[in-house]
Amino acid sequence: MSDNSIRQLVTDGLWHNNQALVALLGLCPLLAVSNTAINGLGLGLATTAVLVASNSTVSLIRNFVRPEVRLPVFVLVIASFVTAIELGMNAYFHELHKILGIFIPLIVTNCTIIGRAEAFASKNNLWRSLVDGLSVGIGFTLVLIVLGGMRELVGQGTLFDQAHLMFGEVAQGLTLKIEDFPGMLIAILPPGAFIGLGLLIMVKNLIDKRLAEREVATTSYTEEATGATG
Amino acid sequence: MNNRVSILIAAGILASFAVAGTSLVSFTHVATKDRILQNERETLLQSLHALVPPESVDNDMVADVIEVESIDLLGSEQTSVYRGRKLQQPVATVLTSVVPDGYSGPIKLLVAVRYDGTLGGVRVISHRETPGLGDKVEENRSDWIYSFNEKSLDNPSLAKWGVKRDGGYFDQFTGATITPRSIVTAVKNTLLYVRDNKDALYDRQTTEPAAKE
Repeated sequence: MSDNSIRQLVTDGLWHNNQALVALLGLCPLLAVSNTAINGLGLGLATTAVLVASNSTVSLIRNFVRPEVRLPVFVLVIASFVTAIELGMNAYFHELHKILGIFIPLIVTNCTIIGRAEAFASKNNLWRSLVDGLSVGIGFTLVLIVLGGMRELVGQGTLFDQAHLMFGEVAQGLTLKIEDFPGMLIAILPPGAFIGLGLLIMVKNLIDKRLAEREVATTSYTEEATGATG
Repeated sequence: MNNRVSILIAAGILASFAVAGTSLVSFTHVATKDRILQNERETLLQSLHALVPPESVDNDMVADVIEVESIDLLGSEQTSVYRGRKLQQPVATVLTSVVPDGYSGPIKLLVAVRYDGTLGGVRVISHRETPGLGDKVEENRSDWIYSFNEKSLDNPSLAKWGVKRDGGYFDQFTGATITPRSIVTAVKNTLLYVRDNKDALYDRQTTEPAAKE
Protein backbone atom coordinates (compact mmCIF):
# COMPACT_ATOMS: atom_id res chain seq x y z
CA MET A 1 0.00 0.00 0.00
CA SER A 2 1.85 3.05 -1.22
CA ASP A 3 1.13 6.72 -0.76
CA ASN A 4 0.13 6.71 -4.34
CA SER A 5 -2.82 4.41 -3.82
CA ILE A 6 -4.02 6.48 -0.87
CA ARG A 7 -3.91 9.56 -3.06
CA GLN A 8 -5.83 7.59 -5.65
CA LEU A 9 -8.49 6.79 -3.01
CA VAL A 10 -8.84 10.43 -2.04
CA THR A 11 -9.14 11.76 -5.58
CA ASP A 12 -11.58 8.98 -6.45
CA GLY A 13 -13.80 9.82 -3.50
CA LEU A 14 -13.68 13.55 -4.05
CA TRP A 15 -13.77 13.70 -7.82
CA HIS A 16 -13.39 10.78 -10.24
CA ASN A 17 -15.88 8.55 -8.50
CA ASN A 18 -17.84 11.21 -6.61
CA GLN A 19 -20.89 9.34 -5.34
CA ALA A 20 -23.27 12.21 -6.00
CA LEU A 21 -21.99 13.36 -9.39
CA VAL A 22 -20.77 10.12 -10.95
CA ALA A 23 -22.50 7.25 -9.21
CA LEU A 24 -25.66 9.34 -8.63
CA LEU A 25 -26.21 7.52 -5.35
CA GLY A 26 -27.96 9.02 -2.36
CA LEU A 27 -30.22 11.22 -4.45
CA CYS A 28 -33.02 11.19 -1.89
CA PRO A 29 -31.18 13.15 0.81
CA LEU A 30 -29.12 15.02 -1.79
CA LEU A 31 -32.11 16.53 -3.55
CA ALA A 32 -34.31 16.99 -0.51
CA VAL A 33 -31.89 18.70 1.86
CA SER A 34 -29.84 20.83 -0.53
CA ASN A 35 -32.09 23.89 -0.26
CA THR A 36 -29.53 25.87 1.72
CA ALA A 37 -25.77 25.51 2.07
CA ILE A 38 -25.99 25.05 5.83
CA ASN A 39 -28.59 22.29 5.59
CA GLY A 40 -26.35 20.59 3.05
CA LEU A 41 -23.33 20.94 5.31
CA GLY A 42 -25.24 19.49 8.29
CA LEU A 43 -26.51 16.46 6.42
CA GLY A 44 -23.17 16.01 4.65
CA LEU A 45 -21.26 15.91 7.93
CA ALA A 46 -23.74 13.44 9.43
CA THR A 47 -23.40 11.24 6.35
CA THR A 48 -19.60 11.45 6.49
CA ALA A 49 -19.60 10.46 10.14
CA VAL A 50 -21.77 7.43 9.38
CA LEU A 51 -19.60 6.50 6.40
CA VAL A 52 -16.37 6.63 8.36
CA ALA A 53 -17.82 4.68 11.28
CA SER A 54 -19.50 2.05 9.13
CA ASN A 55 -16.56 1.62 6.75
CA SER A 56 -14.14 1.16 9.65
CA THR A 57 -16.39 -1.31 11.45
CA VAL A 58 -17.12 -3.31 8.32
CA SER A 59 -13.43 -3.45 7.52
CA LEU A 60 -12.58 -4.68 11.03
CA ILE A 61 -15.17 -7.45 10.93
CA ARG A 62 -14.68 -8.39 7.27
CA ASN A 63 -12.74 -11.57 7.99
CA PHE A 64 -15.11 -13.31 10.33
CA VAL A 65 -18.52 -12.29 9.03
CA ARG A 66 -19.70 -15.11 6.79
CA PRO A 67 -20.72 -14.13 3.29
CA GLU A 68 -24.28 -15.42 3.72
CA VAL A 69 -25.08 -13.01 6.58
CA ARG A 70 -22.81 -10.24 5.31
CA LEU A 71 -25.47 -7.82 4.11
CA PRO A 72 -27.78 -8.03 7.15
CA VAL A 73 -24.77 -7.43 9.41
CA PHE A 74 -23.73 -4.37 7.37
CA VAL A 75 -27.26 -2.99 7.51
CA LEU A 76 -27.34 -3.53 11.27
CA VAL A 77 -24.03 -1.74 11.72
CA ILE A 78 -25.13 1.21 9.56
CA ALA A 79 -28.54 1.51 11.19
CA SER A 80 -27.04 1.51 14.68
CA PHE A 81 -24.57 4.25 13.79
CA VAL A 82 -27.25 6.36 12.14
CA THR A 83 -29.50 6.13 15.19
CA ALA A 84 -26.64 6.96 17.53
CA ILE A 85 -25.63 9.97 15.44
CA GLU A 86 -29.22 11.15 15.22
CA LEU A 87 -29.54 11.06 19.00
CA GLY A 88 -26.24 12.89 19.32
CA MET A 89 -27.35 15.62 16.93
CA ASN A 90 -30.62 15.99 18.75
CA ALA A 91 -28.68 16.50 21.97
CA TYR A 92 -25.92 18.80 20.73
CA PHE A 93 -27.27 20.53 17.60
CA HIS A 94 -30.93 20.71 18.54
CA GLU A 95 -31.91 23.54 16.20
CA LEU A 96 -30.27 21.94 13.20
CA HIS A 97 -31.83 18.64 14.12
CA LYS A 98 -35.25 20.29 14.03
CA ILE A 99 -34.64 21.29 10.40
CA LEU A 100 -32.95 18.11 9.16
CA GLY A 101 -35.09 15.96 11.46
CA ILE A 102 -36.74 13.48 9.17
CA PHE A 103 -33.78 13.21 6.81
CA ILE A 104 -31.28 11.92 9.34
CA PRO A 105 -32.88 8.46 9.72
CA LEU A 106 -33.02 8.37 5.93
CA ILE A 107 -29.21 8.27 5.85
CA VAL A 108 -29.74 4.54 6.37
CA THR A 109 -31.27 4.36 2.92
CA ASN A 110 -28.41 6.30 1.32
CA CYS A 111 -27.08 3.67 -1.08
CA THR A 112 -23.63 5.24 -0.92
CA ILE A 113 -23.09 3.86 2.54
CA ILE A 114 -24.03 0.23 2.00
CA GLY A 115 -22.37 0.55 -1.40
CA ARG A 116 -19.01 1.54 0.09
CA ALA A 117 -19.35 -1.09 2.82
CA GLU A 118 -19.99 -3.88 0.33
CA ALA A 119 -17.79 -2.78 -2.55
CA PHE A 120 -14.83 -1.40 -0.65
CA ALA A 121 -14.62 -1.82 3.10
CA SER A 122 -15.41 -5.54 3.08
CA LYS A 123 -12.33 -6.12 0.89
CA ASN A 124 -9.81 -3.64 2.31
CA ASN A 125 -7.94 -3.02 5.53
CA LEU A 126 -8.94 -0.56 8.23
CA TRP A 127 -6.72 2.34 7.17
CA ARG A 128 -7.75 2.24 3.52
CA SER A 129 -11.44 1.88 4.41
CA LEU A 130 -11.23 4.83 6.75
CA VAL A 131 -9.61 7.03 4.11
CA ASP A 132 -12.17 5.87 1.57
CA GLY A 133 -15.10 6.62 3.90
CA LEU A 134 -13.72 10.04 4.70
CA SER A 135 -13.03 11.07 1.10
CA VAL A 136 -16.30 9.71 -0.25
CA GLY A 137 -18.14 11.48 2.58
CA ILE A 138 -16.38 14.77 2.00
CA GLY A 139 -17.01 14.49 -1.73
CA PHE A 140 -20.71 14.02 -1.03
CA THR A 141 -20.70 16.91 1.46
CA LEU A 142 -19.04 19.27 -1.01
CA VAL A 143 -21.69 18.55 -3.63
CA LEU A 144 -24.41 19.15 -1.01
CA ILE A 145 -22.86 22.49 0.00
CA VAL A 146 -22.34 23.72 -3.56
CA LEU A 147 -25.80 22.63 -4.66
CA GLY A 148 -27.33 24.10 -1.50
CA GLY A 149 -25.45 27.36 -1.94
CA MET A 150 -26.56 27.66 -5.57
CA ARG A 151 -30.21 27.01 -4.78
CA GLU A 152 -30.15 29.34 -1.81
CA LEU A 153 -28.51 32.15 -3.74
CA VAL A 154 -30.81 31.94 -6.74
CA GLY A 155 -33.91 31.08 -4.78
CA GLN A 156 -33.88 33.53 -1.90
CA GLY A 157 -30.79 35.68 -2.40
CA THR A 158 -28.88 34.52 0.68
CA LEU A 159 -25.78 32.46 1.30
CA PHE A 160 -25.06 30.56 4.51
CA ASP A 161 -28.46 31.53 5.89
CA GLN A 162 -28.92 30.29 9.49
CA ALA A 163 -25.21 29.60 9.86
CA HIS A 164 -25.63 30.19 13.59
CA LEU A 165 -27.43 26.84 13.91
CA MET A 166 -24.17 25.14 13.03
CA PHE A 167 -21.49 27.43 14.39
CA GLY A 168 -23.15 29.38 17.19
CA GLU A 169 -23.97 33.06 17.39
CA VAL A 170 -20.54 34.21 16.15
CA ALA A 171 -21.46 32.92 12.71
CA GLN A 172 -24.32 35.38 12.29
CA GLY A 173 -21.91 37.57 10.30
CA LEU A 174 -21.26 34.72 7.89
CA THR A 175 -24.70 35.04 6.36
CA LEU A 176 -24.71 37.03 3.13
CA LYS A 177 -27.90 38.59 1.92
CA ILE A 178 -28.70 40.38 -1.30
CA GLU A 179 -31.13 43.10 -0.31
CA ASP A 180 -34.41 43.38 -2.20
CA PHE A 181 -33.73 40.25 -4.19
CA PRO A 182 -37.09 38.75 -5.11
CA GLY A 183 -35.68 35.24 -5.57
CA MET A 184 -36.49 32.63 -8.16
CA LEU A 185 -38.86 30.28 -6.46
CA ILE A 186 -38.06 27.33 -8.72
CA ALA A 187 -34.57 26.99 -7.27
CA ILE A 188 -35.97 26.26 -3.81
CA LEU A 189 -38.66 23.88 -5.04
CA PRO A 190 -37.78 20.26 -5.93
CA PRO A 191 -37.26 20.93 -9.69
CA GLY A 192 -34.49 23.33 -8.74
CA ALA A 193 -32.63 20.47 -7.11
CA PHE A 194 -32.72 18.39 -10.29
CA ILE A 195 -31.74 21.33 -12.49
CA GLY A 196 -28.93 22.29 -10.14
CA LEU A 197 -27.58 18.75 -9.94
CA GLY A 198 -27.75 18.49 -13.74
CA LEU A 199 -25.73 21.69 -14.08
CA LEU A 200 -23.13 20.43 -11.60
CA ILE A 201 -22.75 17.15 -13.52
CA MET A 202 -22.39 19.13 -16.73
CA VAL A 203 -19.64 21.29 -15.22
CA LYS A 204 -17.83 18.22 -13.91
CA ASN A 205 -17.96 16.48 -17.28
CA LEU A 206 -16.74 19.63 -19.05
CA ILE A 207 -13.77 19.89 -16.72
CA ASP A 208 -12.99 16.18 -17.13
CA LYS A 209 -13.12 16.56 -20.91
CA ARG A 210 -10.77 19.54 -20.80
CA LEU A 211 -8.35 17.60 -18.61
CA ALA A 212 -8.49 14.57 -20.88
CA GLU A 213 -7.86 16.70 -23.97
CA ARG A 214 -4.89 18.37 -22.36
CA GLU A 215 -3.52 14.98 -21.35
CA VAL A 216 -3.87 13.67 -24.88
CA ALA A 217 -2.17 16.80 -26.16
CA THR A 218 0.79 16.38 -23.82
CA THR A 219 1.14 12.67 -24.51
CA SER A 220 1.08 13.10 -28.26
CA TYR A 221 3.59 15.90 -27.89
CA THR A 222 5.89 13.64 -25.90
CA GLU A 223 5.37 10.84 -28.37
CA GLU A 224 6.38 13.09 -31.20
CA ALA A 225 9.46 14.19 -29.34
CA THR A 226 10.49 10.68 -28.47
CA GLY A 227 8.92 9.13 -31.53
CA ALA A 228 12.18 7.86 -32.89
CA THR A 229 12.66 5.52 -30.01
CA GLY A 230 9.11 4.14 -30.35
CA MET B 1 -23.59 -31.99 9.79
CA ASN B 2 -20.95 -29.53 8.76
CA ASN B 3 -23.64 -27.56 7.02
CA ARG B 4 -25.67 -27.29 10.21
CA VAL B 5 -22.68 -26.01 12.17
CA SER B 6 -22.00 -23.31 9.63
CA ILE B 7 -25.63 -22.18 9.70
CA LEU B 8 -25.45 -21.99 13.49
CA ILE B 9 -22.25 -19.98 13.38
CA ALA B 10 -23.78 -17.57 10.86
CA ALA B 11 -26.85 -17.17 13.06
CA GLY B 12 -24.62 -16.61 16.08
CA ILE B 13 -22.69 -13.89 14.29
CA LEU B 14 -25.86 -12.15 13.19
CA ALA B 15 -27.29 -12.35 16.71
CA SER B 16 -24.15 -10.96 18.31
CA PHE B 17 -24.18 -8.01 15.92
CA ALA B 18 -27.82 -7.41 16.72
CA VAL B 19 -26.89 -7.31 20.40
CA ALA B 20 -23.91 -5.03 19.78
CA GLY B 21 -25.94 -2.64 17.62
CA THR B 22 -28.77 -2.48 20.11
CA SER B 23 -26.34 -1.84 22.95
CA LEU B 24 -24.74 1.02 21.04
CA VAL B 25 -28.14 2.60 20.43
CA SER B 26 -29.37 2.14 23.99
CA PHE B 27 -26.11 3.44 25.41
CA THR B 28 -26.38 6.59 23.27
CA HIS B 29 -30.03 6.93 24.22
CA VAL B 30 -29.25 6.85 27.92
CA ALA B 31 -26.33 9.23 27.48
CA THR B 32 -28.31 11.83 25.52
CA LYS B 33 -31.82 11.39 26.94
CA ASP B 34 -31.66 14.11 29.58
CA ARG B 35 -30.01 16.59 27.29
CA ILE B 36 -32.61 16.06 24.57
CA LEU B 37 -35.47 16.50 27.05
CA GLN B 38 -33.79 19.62 28.34
CA ASN B 39 -33.37 20.95 24.78
CA GLU B 40 -37.01 20.37 23.96
CA ARG B 41 -38.09 22.06 27.15
CA GLU B 42 -35.86 25.05 26.55
CA THR B 43 -37.04 25.42 22.97
CA LEU B 44 -40.64 25.38 24.16
CA LEU B 45 -39.95 27.80 26.99
CA GLN B 46 -38.18 30.13 24.59
CA SER B 47 -41.10 30.23 22.18
CA LEU B 48 -43.57 30.71 25.06
CA HIS B 49 -41.55 33.57 26.48
CA ALA B 50 -41.28 35.22 23.08
CA LEU B 51 -45.04 35.72 23.37
CA VAL B 52 -45.42 36.14 27.13
CA PRO B 53 -42.35 38.04 28.38
CA PRO B 54 -40.57 36.19 31.19
CA GLU B 55 -40.75 39.20 33.55
CA SER B 56 -44.55 39.29 33.33
CA VAL B 57 -44.94 35.82 34.87
CA ASP B 58 -43.39 34.06 37.84
CA ASN B 59 -44.52 30.47 37.31
CA ASP B 60 -43.09 27.68 35.17
CA MET B 61 -45.27 27.92 32.09
CA VAL B 62 -44.01 24.68 30.58
CA ALA B 63 -45.22 22.73 33.61
CA ASP B 64 -48.47 24.66 34.08
CA VAL B 65 -50.30 23.05 31.19
CA ILE B 66 -53.71 21.51 30.56
CA GLU B 67 -55.17 19.73 27.56
CA VAL B 68 -58.45 20.95 26.08
CA GLU B 69 -60.53 19.77 23.16
CA SER B 70 -62.47 21.91 20.71
CA ILE B 71 -62.14 20.82 17.10
CA ASP B 72 -64.43 23.59 15.83
CA LEU B 73 -62.50 26.49 17.32
CA LEU B 74 -59.01 25.19 18.01
CA GLY B 75 -58.65 22.91 15.02
CA SER B 76 -57.35 19.70 16.57
CA GLU B 77 -58.43 16.98 18.94
CA GLN B 78 -56.00 17.98 21.59
CA THR B 79 -54.79 21.49 22.27
CA SER B 80 -52.28 22.29 24.98
CA VAL B 81 -52.92 25.41 27.02
CA TYR B 82 -49.86 26.83 28.82
CA ARG B 83 -50.80 29.20 31.60
CA GLY B 84 -48.77 32.15 32.79
CA ARG B 85 -49.42 33.65 36.24
CA LYS B 86 -47.87 36.18 38.53
CA LEU B 87 -48.51 36.08 42.29
CA GLN B 88 -51.23 33.47 41.58
CA GLN B 89 -53.05 35.95 39.37
CA PRO B 90 -53.75 34.91 35.75
CA VAL B 91 -51.61 36.75 33.19
CA ALA B 92 -51.90 34.96 29.88
CA THR B 93 -52.52 31.62 28.19
CA VAL B 94 -50.68 30.21 25.20
CA LEU B 95 -52.66 27.77 23.05
CA THR B 96 -51.30 25.37 20.45
CA SER B 97 -54.04 26.04 17.91
CA VAL B 98 -54.09 24.34 14.53
CA VAL B 99 -55.20 25.95 11.28
CA PRO B 100 -57.09 23.06 9.66
CA ASP B 101 -57.44 24.61 6.20
CA GLY B 102 -54.01 25.87 5.15
CA TYR B 103 -53.14 25.90 1.47
CA SER B 104 -51.32 22.57 1.79
CA GLY B 105 -52.23 20.87 5.01
CA PRO B 106 -52.65 22.00 8.58
CA ILE B 107 -50.58 24.84 10.06
CA LYS B 108 -49.58 24.69 13.71
CA LEU B 109 -49.71 27.92 15.69
CA LEU B 110 -48.87 29.24 19.12
CA VAL B 111 -51.42 31.86 20.12
CA ALA B 112 -50.86 33.89 23.28
CA VAL B 113 -53.97 35.51 24.75
CA ARG B 114 -53.67 37.82 27.74
CA TYR B 115 -56.20 37.76 30.54
CA ASP B 116 -57.79 40.99 29.27
CA GLY B 117 -58.46 39.34 25.89
CA THR B 118 -55.71 41.01 23.85
CA LEU B 119 -53.23 38.98 21.87
CA GLY B 120 -49.69 38.70 23.18
CA GLY B 121 -48.73 37.48 19.74
CA VAL B 122 -48.99 34.60 17.31
CA ARG B 123 -46.26 32.35 15.88
CA VAL B 124 -46.29 29.67 13.21
CA ILE B 125 -44.67 26.51 14.56
CA SER B 126 -44.87 24.31 11.49
CA HIS B 127 -46.43 24.49 8.05
CA ARG B 128 -46.09 23.17 4.52
CA GLU B 129 -47.11 26.32 2.64
CA THR B 130 -45.46 27.19 -0.69
CA PRO B 131 -41.91 28.47 -0.23
CA GLY B 132 -41.68 32.10 -1.31
CA LEU B 133 -45.44 32.70 -1.20
CA GLY B 134 -47.33 31.29 1.76
CA ASP B 135 -44.26 30.95 3.94
CA LYS B 136 -44.22 34.71 4.60
CA VAL B 137 -46.23 33.81 7.69
CA GLU B 138 -42.93 32.68 9.25
CA GLU B 139 -41.43 35.13 11.68
CA ASN B 140 -38.03 35.24 9.96
CA ARG B 141 -39.44 35.78 6.46
CA SER B 142 -41.72 38.76 6.99
CA ASP B 143 -43.23 40.65 9.91
CA TRP B 144 -46.78 39.89 8.88
CA ILE B 145 -47.30 37.65 11.90
CA TYR B 146 -46.61 40.65 14.18
CA SER B 147 -49.76 42.32 12.85
CA PHE B 148 -51.68 40.27 15.42
CA ASN B 149 -49.83 41.82 18.36
CA GLU B 150 -52.12 43.72 20.76
CA LYS B 151 -55.23 42.90 18.70
CA SER B 152 -58.43 41.61 20.30
CA LEU B 153 -61.99 40.79 19.36
CA ASP B 154 -62.92 44.51 19.68
CA ASN B 155 -59.85 45.75 17.83
CA PRO B 156 -60.50 45.33 14.96
CA SER B 157 -64.20 44.61 15.41
CA LEU B 158 -65.34 41.03 14.94
CA ALA B 159 -66.62 41.71 11.41
CA LYS B 160 -63.21 43.05 10.41
CA TRP B 161 -61.38 39.84 11.39
CA GLY B 162 -60.46 38.85 7.84
CA VAL B 163 -57.97 39.71 5.11
CA LYS B 164 -58.30 42.95 3.14
CA ARG B 165 -59.53 41.16 0.04
CA ASP B 166 -62.55 39.98 2.07
CA GLY B 167 -63.09 43.47 3.45
CA GLY B 168 -61.21 42.73 6.65
CA TYR B 169 -58.38 44.42 8.49
CA PHE B 170 -55.38 42.13 7.88
CA ASP B 171 -53.01 42.18 4.89
CA GLN B 172 -52.76 39.28 2.49
CA PHE B 173 -49.67 38.51 0.37
CA THR B 174 -49.32 38.95 -3.37
CA GLY B 175 -50.04 35.53 -4.79
CA ALA B 176 -51.11 33.98 -1.51
CA THR B 177 -54.46 34.80 0.05
CA ILE B 178 -55.52 31.41 1.34
CA THR B 179 -52.77 31.06 3.93
CA PRO B 180 -53.29 34.46 5.64
CA ARG B 181 -57.07 34.09 5.41
CA SER B 182 -57.08 30.74 7.18
CA ILE B 183 -54.64 31.91 9.84
CA VAL B 184 -56.70 35.03 10.59
CA THR B 185 -59.80 32.85 10.98
CA ALA B 186 -57.98 30.41 13.26
CA VAL B 187 -56.68 33.20 15.49
CA LYS B 188 -60.17 34.71 15.69
CA ASN B 189 -61.60 31.30 16.66
CA THR B 190 -58.94 30.88 19.32
CA LEU B 191 -59.87 34.29 20.76
CA LEU B 192 -63.54 33.28 20.77
CA TYR B 193 -62.70 30.06 22.58
CA VAL B 194 -60.63 31.84 25.20
CA ARG B 195 -63.38 34.46 25.72
CA ASP B 196 -65.97 31.74 26.33
CA ASN B 197 -63.75 29.66 28.62
CA LYS B 198 -61.74 32.40 30.20
CA ASP B 199 -61.71 31.49 33.87
CA ALA B 200 -62.08 27.76 33.35
CA LEU B 201 -58.78 27.79 31.45
CA TYR B 202 -56.93 29.24 34.43
CA ASP B 203 -58.78 27.38 37.19
CA ARG B 204 -58.45 23.83 35.98
CA GLN B 205 -55.76 21.89 37.77
CA THR B 206 -52.84 20.56 35.82
CA THR B 207 -54.12 17.06 35.26
CA GLU B 208 -51.20 14.94 34.18
CA PRO B 209 -47.83 16.14 35.38
CA ALA B 210 -46.64 12.54 35.14
CA ALA B 211 -47.77 12.20 31.54
CA LYS B 212 -44.83 14.30 30.43
CA GLU B 213 -42.48 11.55 31.48
